[in-house]
Amino acid sequence: MIGAGPDYSVQHNTPSSIDFIEIYGILFMLATLTHLRKLEAESIHILREVVAECQRPVLLYSVGKDSSVLLRLAQKAFHPGRIPFPLLHIDTSYKFREMIEFRDRYTAELGVNLIVHTNRKALQEGSTPFAWGTQRCCGALKTTALLDALREGGFDAAIGGARRDEERSRAKERIFSFRDPRGQWDPRNQRPELWNLFNTRINPGESLRVFPLSNWTEVDVWHYIHIEKIPVVPLYFAKLRPVLVRGESLLSVEQDFVPRLPGEQTKLVKCRMRSLGCSPCTGAIRSDAETVPEIIEELLSVRRSERQNRVIDHDQDGSMELKKQEGYF
Amino acid sequence: MSAATLLAVDQSFDKFLEQETTKGLLRFTTAGSVDDGKSTLIGRLLYDSRSVFDDQIESVTKASVGRNAGPIDFSLLTDGLRAEREQGITIDVAYRYFATPRRKFIIADTPGHEQYTRNMVTGASTADLAVVLVDARKGLLPQSRRHASVAALLGIKHIAIAVNKMDMVGYDQSVFTDIEAAFRKFLSRFEGIEAVFIPVSALEGDNVVRPSARMRWYKGPALLDYLETVEVEARAHRSPFRFPVQRVIRPGQEFRGYAGTVASGRVRVGAPVTIMPSGRPTTIERITTFDGDLEEAFAGQAVTLTLADEIDVIRGDVIVSSDDLPHVGRSIRATLVWLNQVPAEENKRYRLKHSTRQEWGSIVRIQHAININTQQHEPAHNLEMNAIGVADIETSRPLCFDPYQENRATGSFILVDPSTNATVAAGMISGPNSSAALQPSVEGNVAWRIEDGSLVISLPGADGETRSGNITDAETLDVLQRLLKKLEAQ
Repeated sequence: MIGAGPDYSVQHNTPSSIDFIEIYGILFMLATLTHLRKLEAESIHILREVVAECQRPVLLYSVGKDSSVLLRLAQKAFHPGRIPFPLLHIDTSYKFREMIEFRDRYTAELGVNLIVHTNRKALQEGSTPFAWGTQRCCGALKTTALLDALREGGFDAAIGGARRDEERSRAKERIFSFRDPRGQWDPRNQRPELWNLFNTRINPGESLRVFPLSNWTEVDVWHYIHIEKIPVVPLYFAKLRPVLVRGESLLSVEQDFVPRLPGEQTKLVKCRMRSLGCSPCTGAIRSDAETVPEIIEELLSVRRSERQNRVIDHDQDGSMELKKQEGYF
Repeated sequence: MSAATLLAVDQSFDKFLEQETTKGLLRFTTAGSVDDGKSTLIGRLLYDSRSVFDDQIESVTKASVGRNAGPIDFSLLTDGLRAEREQGITIDVAYRYFATPRRKFIIADTPGHEQYTRNMVTGASTADLAVVLVDARKGLLPQSRRHASVAALLGIKHIAIAVNKMDMVGYDQSVFTDIEAAFRKFLSRFEGIEAVFIPVSALEGDNVVRPSARMRWYKGPALLDYLETVEVEARAHRSPFRFPVQRVIRPGQEFRGYAGTVASGRVRVGAPVTIMPSGRPTTIERITTFDGDLEEAFAGQAVTLTLADEIDVIRGDVIVSSDDLPHVGRSIRATLVWLNQVPAEENKRYRLKHSTRQEWGSIVRIQHAININTQQHEPAHNLEMNAIGVADIETSRPLCFDPYQENRATGSFILVDPSTNATVAAGMISGPNSSAALQPSVEGNVAWRIEDGSLVISLPGADGETRSGNITDAETLDVLQRLLKKLEAQ
């Protein structure tokens, strides 16, 4: 470390590190933080508040890039202490294999306590997005599973990586978002949220969802992953993958229940995942971005939003809002 | 929508990284209804800075079937909830994000009609700057005045007044200068506001992202240019050091640190500090972070401090600069903005959250209400939803605070109704309630000494603050007399 403050020069190798040191010097004099360091500090503040004010918080770990960033922020918030809450992964059993491998390896490396919860009953009854439709399948494997897991664990606050820029209804979500005893969100009756004074008071049975990354954008997340060298699932990086090509959609065939059209064959297409979910419902995008800098370059030129490849966001107008009202994260 | 207005975005990663190293963050708030062209203005900023994606535009174009809209109805981009789109209204504060090579922006976008004050106050509480819209055809309306007043009340020092729909008045300079003159006169009642007036057409794009060729008489910056360059940082950095302790970090016997965010000012290793409210002095031993120790920390940074002395410090305590102590006391006077359908009640107990501390707080007396449109004081005994008033509040234990206009972080609080857990009020402390403070407390010690031939007496007040004066001081004499009478009566 050269000293206090927003120091990027030591985080990575750049050909123009002298320039960075000069710029760094100016920043130091002004005593201001760059936008990314401000976002980082805000998120750390939020994580510390949850732990200080809630009885039994849990971090909803989705294995995606946002979860990886959350984990790093949690390490920073409680350093030199350990992360003082467990991680909870709602595993639908339809997640990409690489996600599960990454999850088990990375959480073991960090030495955190991971709880995995699956709605076995719905799976035995044959829930797949094709047999049940995406709305019912999501309802059982994600929403019901989440609410059950929170109840079983006695968790009163679930920390998640959702961002307000992801989807329209999330733009109005609070950082500390209240849920009634059925886990439901009432967008018309949210608590006003002023300054950084969060109202964490709830009655038994009620709970909070807490979103420390509320003010981050997709580019911020990738930028932070770059400067912090945070590991992410390899599915985010482009390589040749066997997929079904259906118009603009590239569909993974990891699950054998994905129906094929007559005579349809997989093709090898260079592609990557922009966001991660269940393999049957998460399309890949054509991409050549093999590194984090290349992903950022791609984002700066791309004209499609991040969740565009998520089938479940588009099954009806206002889908995410309706799912959230029912208790979806 | 002409593609020519789009900002050029440099797509090279090296360029990006270079920009990011100096990129700052500006939070601003906007208020108004669709009629003002607010949504069009925000939509224009988002679209022209490439912060809206094509599929989002396609999806709102799909959603707008049945509504009377042009090619791109920007209000649909900003009205996030299904209920809002169905009813064509905006319900709640929405947060929007966009970035240019120079800055990242967070917009707290608040509706101008329903529950307006509550939402505007929420949006303004985290903003450094307010963009106030004026319709050039209508001139200065109560709504614009209200928004500017809320911004001033919440301590925002920078206001950009966008005089919109200049295309509808033929880009006429005199329309603009008349509005500017009237608005400046209105703003003169607030102290320290830096106001900038910009003639724009959000619909046509004049002076939003690029300077307008149709208003050559205007020499100032386009709105985005102003937002990219205005300096708003200084205040929290200039204020004295304040560090509300969030959590004690104690992984083992050898480390005991206090985690928190520097609320204002700066601190160095070795600096003399005082723990409040106990008043114990000590010095900073280390400033630790995950990324290594720091020599200095400043406003906005989340760090962990260790102290040279073993002192009992808990969440809710504030570590402060020993050169500049905050007020400590149980009686405060504050401006309240009431946020709930259930009106404010005198003598009811609320949970009061101030920095990282929670106490019981009662509204002892509502002094008066403030009419947000006229700034006039009006007699009041309760506060309804959206009302603003000045009240005296007593807390169960002392708070360490600064006046809100000097320090946002240590001058703000919220009230929570313990029966419903609803956040019912936003509070901005103006200072100690001096009338209550001078009610002498017989439990404290009265100290006296002779200095330069006169008797100097120190009296503890009910608010926990000690006031000193010699006996020629009329106020102290008065208090002394009352105290003596009280002691005599026992």
